[in-house]
Amino acid sequence: MYPADYRYTKQHEWVKVDGSVGTIGITHYAQGELGDVVFVEMPKIGTKIKVGASFGTVESVKAVSEIFSPVSGEVTETNPLLADAPEKINSDPHTTAWLIRVKLDDPKEVAALMDAAAYQAYVAAAAEEH
Amino acid sequence: MFGYHGSKFPVTTPAIAQIRKTALNAAHRRLNARMVNFGGWDMPLEYSGILAEHEAVRTRAGLFDVSHMGEIEITGPGAQSLVQWVSCNNAAKLVNGQIQYSGLMTARGTFVDDLLVHKISDTHYMLCVNAGNQFADFDHIVANNKFDAKIENAGPRYSQLAVQGPRALEIMQSLTPVPLDPIRYYYFADGKVSGVDCLIARTGYTGEDGFEIYFAPEYSEKLWNDLMEAGTPLGMIPAGLGARNTLRLEAGMCLYGHEIDETTTPWEAGLAWICKMDKAPFLGGDELDAQRKDGLPRKLVGFEMLDKRIGRDGYPVSVGGQEIGRVTSGGPSPTLKKNIGMAYVPPRLTALGTILEIDVRGQKAAARIVPLPFYKRPH
Repeated sequence: MYPADYRYTKQHEWVKVDGSVGTIGITHYAQGELGDVVFVEMPKIGTKIKVGASFGTVESVKAVSEIFSPVSGEVTETNPLLADAPEKINSDPHTTAWLIRVKLDDPKEVAALMDAAAYQAYVAAAAEEH
Repeated sequence: MFGYHGSKFPVTTPAIAQIRKTALNAAHRRLNARMVNFGGWDMPLEYSGILAEHEAVRTRAGLFDVSHMGEIEITGPGAQSLVQWVSCNNAAKLVNGQIQYSGLMTARGTFVDDLLVHKISDTHYMLCVNAGNQFADFDHIVANNKFDAKIENAGPRYSQLAVQGPRALEIMQSLTPVPLDPIRYYYFADGKVSGVDCLIARTGYTGEDGFEIYFAPEYSEKLWNDLMEAGTPLGMIPAGLGARNTLRLEAGMCLYGHEIDETTTPWEAGLAWICKMDKAPFLGGDELDAQRKDGLPRKLVGFEMLDKRIGRDGYPVSVGGQEIGRVTSGGPSPTLKKNIGMAYVPPRLTALGTILEIDVRGQKAAARIVPLPFYKRPH
């Protein structure tokens, strides 16, 4: 379910690191909690984002949620697919429905985040509380 | 994620210590429904997803458990006088078997609740009221019972299911010998559905044709299962409170705690049609008469957003940089593929086409006032 080579936040974002580039999205658990996604508000290319700070919002039919960055860096790409097909976040949250790509300030920053096993345990505990 | 702004989902009262469950709670959980606390009740928010459920109701049918709704029975020789005194619509105009949308009024002419008045006879009325208000409604009616009517909080004696959508009639008809087509909108009949005694009402909160049936709670699972068996081949799916909210918003229907509450009058809410000043005196009537003559402080309007942003419940509304009101309900319209909402604004700013600025989390987004309802069924 949760790709082994990604890192995860407690706010249910993921980041995949390739060299100095981080790709960021929201997790399967997050899309399930939100329900049908209808709109994504993205940062502009070139925006500097900070770990833990909000860089955009995801709107579903019932709610709006901020997206908090798992890393610090500069936005180099936003996913063009999501402008016309935001519902892809519900079907493919870990692959085609990535949100942004970032030039990382420090690729080692992700070491502080959860790995897939830890995140899996974390969402299992959250689901228990429901 | 999950740094929510505004309200997540309309919850009409704060969580209470003991969350209440309908007789179908286990069935919802077996269906893997996402559950939510609504007015103190543990209710299904969605099953397959709000958009899919919304579309099913608009094009085929949806089945809703609305057993959280309250029922209050008023009986005895004083029944009609009491209903007339506490509500703003004219219950004396009802014939047996007819239903009326009305408002339960405070002495100030504001809403204790909105409700459906079912006339069983001159001496027997059944009121269907909002889940979160049912105890306050009961206390309010008891406190104003100067007619010696008998008042019963009958909620525990009833479950309620709503079958809504263009295929609802066909689905229901396959389970009952009662001819359903002759039951007109806002009328009801008594009869068996799948062998179970029901009050079968042609009402709903979705803007579609459909039925709401009231019956003894022990038959809840049987009726749910039999309706699903009859409806599944025609495309009916279970639908939750999420779709119920988007459907009623498109239909321009008020939700207690959002468009109406103890501070709003029927005039302000666009509900003049349920406020009959020519009937016998009623609670709050003098104040309503005065407000009508003195002018209204605000009126409810419908709006659509001019870009992709969404004006949600509680967001401030401005014109010319000055805050003039708040969004009462707002969100995506799955049918119209627009973002819509309702808001209170001063009467001088209610003209169709007026541009409103909605404060979407610190940024101004333009919206235009449009007619209500947003959606009317084509048939």
